[in-house]
Amino acid sequence: MNSRVADRIATSVFVAIAIVIVSVLVGLFSYILFNGVSHISLDFLTNPSSNVRAGGGIRDQLFNSFYILFITMLITVPLGVGGGIYMAEYAKPGRVTNTIRTCIEVLASLPSIVIGMFGLLMFVNLTGWGYSILGGALALTVFNLPVMVRVSEDALRSVPRDQKEASLALGITHWHTIKTILLPTAFPSILTGAILASGRVFGEAAALLFTSGLSTPRLDYANWNPFVENSPLNIFRPAETLAVHIWSVNTQGLIPDVEDIANGASAVLILSVLIFNLGARIIGSLIHRKLTASK
Amino acid sequence: MEKSSLPVRERLIKSNKTRLNGEVRGRVLVTLCAIIMISATIAITIFLSTKGLQSFIKNGVSPIEFLTSTNWNPTDPESPMYGALPFIFGSFAVTMLAALVAAPLGIGGAIFMTEIAPSWGKKILQPVIELLVGIPSVVYGFIGLTVLVPFIREHVGGLGFSLLSGTIVLAIMILPTVTTIATDAMATLPKSLREGSYALGATRWQTIRKVLVPAALPSLLTAVVLGMARAFGEALAVQMVIGNTRIIPESILDPAGTLTTIITLNMGHTTYGSIENNTLWSMGLILLIMSFAFILLIRYLSSRRKI
Amino acid sequence: MNTSTLPRTAVLNREQISETSVTNKELILQVKDLDIYYGEKRAVNTISMDIEKNSITALIGPSGCGKSTFLRSINRMNDLIPGAKAKGEILYEGLNILGDNIDVVALRKEIGMVFQKPNPFPKSIYENIAHALKFSGVKKKSELDVIVEESLTKAALWDEVKDRLHKSALSLSGGQQQRLCIARTIAMKPSLMLLDEPSSALDPISNAKVEELIVELKKEYSILIVTHNMGQASRISDKTAFFLSGDLIEFDATEKIFTNPSVKKTEEYISGRFG
Repeated sequence: MNSRVADRIATSVFVAIAIVIVSVLVGLFSYILFNGVSHISLDFLTNPSSNVRAGGGIRDQLFNSFYILFITMLITVPLGVGGGIYMAEYAKPGRVTNTIRTCIEVLASLPSIVIGMFGLLMFVNLTGWGYSILGGALALTVFNLPVMVRVSEDALRSVPRDQKEASLALGITHWHTIKTILLPTAFPSILTGAILASGRVFGEAAALLFTSGLSTPRLDYANWNPFVENSPLNIFRPAETLAVHIWSVNTQGLIPDVEDIANGASAVLILSVLIFNLGARIIGSLIHRKLTASK
Repeated sequence: MEKSSLPVRERLIKSNKTRLNGEVRGRVLVTLCAIIMISATIAITIFLSTKGLQSFIKNGVSPIEFLTSTNWNPTDPESPMYGALPFIFGSFAVTMLAALVAAPLGIGGAIFMTEIAPSWGKKILQPVIELLVGIPSVVYGFIGLTVLVPFIREHVGGLGFSLLSGTIVLAIMILPTVTTIATDAMATLPKSLREGSYALGATRWQTIRKVLVPAALPSLLTAVVLGMARAFGEALAVQMVIGNTRIIPESILDPAGTLTTIITLNMGHTTYGSIENNTLWSMGLILLIMSFAFILLIRYLSSRRKI
Repeated sequence: MNTSTLPRTAVLNREQISETSVTNKELILQVKDLDIYYGEKRAVNTISMDIEKNSITALIGPSGCGKSTFLRSINRMNDLIPGAKAKGEILYEGLNILGDNIDVVALRKEIGMVFQKPNPFPKSIYENIAHALKFSGVKKKSELDVIVEESLTKAALWDEVKDRLHKSALSLSGGQQQRLCIARTIAMKPSLMLLDEPSSALDPISNAKVEELIVELKKEYSILIVTHNMGQASRISDKTAFFLSGDLIEFDATEKIFTNPSVKKTEEYISGRFG
């Protein structure tokens, strides 16, 4: 076969591949949004879910998803930034640092179901909490921590070196330099990374199946005292999240309008993830523009 | 701040003054974070291994039977059987098949972005890939369940719940991983490779096939292996479409089961501490070991980079 | 030597290494047999020199010959580079500052540094100067205001920025930014200032302003300046040290170096034979 002909065939194959990839995405998105958005109504978002009858909503699941995300981020962001500071500023090349890097790599590549199993072992059985929001958040922490450490470390390393040198040359200590010069400059990247990570955490289900559970007790939304049993803020209660709910309605298959519910819930999930991604991008470019415009 | 009239020795020699405390406090704080990471990794490994070995050590399940027997029947009152091979086979099968589908697509997409349409290809495909990553796995599973399974049942054959469905769903899920890393691999090839090949009169396809891909091969393999690692550990999306049987499938249209699917389904139904439950933990141990194996494989591939 | 009993302005009798200085001028820095290594590689070879108070000493020489490395060892900035080691002594007012027992943070307040590329913080002009001051204990706004104005005045920048102290420092031109960096160093009231090619990144007009400034600063501070620009060295410095490949080839009064150097290599460099 003539090499020119081969070249042309190859080119069309590659173009075809690109088209396939784009169409897969377009197909998936349109399916969800087309089928699901019609089910999103205020009722849907604010009604409690139903286990057997049609017409349930996703109120509790939606709240649980956001709340678990919030608690998870509360734990992982400080830990992640701290770890990132250590790796970027204090870690000396050597065996200990390599060990830490390996640990980060291992934590990042564990399948989420395995993390869920560890969570079951540790945060449900060992501690005696049973299914709880805290257990779920801690499992998600294992999942999210490597991401936050990497994000923070990269952000700190990309602060220009001469800033650090200027601060140290003025007689400012290393830690104070980190706190007042490096972190503020790295903040936009860390923020963007955190928002993107939130998108991932929001859609996670396998790690939560055995840690925060498949059910939610009846919640009294008027009661904001986190120490009360049926307060939505209580972190020791079981909590089914949106993603888990999609799985469980499809697997248990009891409610008659399972497809509608799942479509609607999926649409809400996807839209939330989209908003997270978009938000991260917008904030990133806003801050970038602010910093460079003043130059 | 007037220059103190203290002699130089007092001004500049370290003392136990408070300034050091701020520095020390900060250092301790971040070192703690690093330690937490190491402890978490060690804790996970130890706890899961210990629990995973329980079925062999405490309950006397034979590891050989576990790994090689295809008879999974733990609830049989007379002779419970704990052969996990169908699930092990299922996991490997669906992973390999998904990789087989995702690799050409992913690498092809990468080549499209870097060689065929370098100026605008990335601008289109990159956001597409990022969006694909953002879709949660349950949604993939759900769409697979409502669209793919009926489609296969009607137009291809079998029940719809099959190895094939699992393969397709997984392939789409790991596509972004493979594509992103393959794109990096192709993009970091030195320009001189391309220029040298074109200067000799080769066509673009010849350049890609004979020069670029072989040069990027270790990284491309890494991309595929990373995709496989993800596929091997995926639970919910696979579980919703693969059928969840306990036997080894005979054709690609037969339903199957994987390690992750049986764990997902049965963990909640079995009593904690029972033999059946313990065997599920042993399967979790297999998943953990495979994670480590994948990491080692990737490290090996990375070290063999030719450029 | 019990320095705590001597008044600070006591003239210290020491062996002079430089041939020309017979007068007992007060020394702020004495470098004795300094070697600096980056790992195995030796970047600075057994340098000895004395720096007088309130003088401007220029360090000249081709790129990569160790001038900046030498400069950075004086305020212990080389500590930041893993694998960098210094042997020998650097006596600052009689105290060897290379020791492990030295509080490097306090040292850097007394020995300030200005870098080649202006590096103001991404904060306001006021904050750039106040930041380090606040860290070292100046908390009252009135005090800060005074020092900020003082430093900017001494850096010949006050008139240009007094109406926009709270605007970002990054909105200043390159020359202004560099003068801001000088102001921020001055605010710490150092005795010795280390300038690492401070105007090489600036245009000729800003360059001239910075040079003027440096000559003014001599009255209150001692200055060590690394420069590639031989014209600059001959214009503003009292003494010049010529470095080559890590060795100190010649160290003498500027006039002598530029009109009648003693070492042949110096003469070749000055006349542009290499470099």
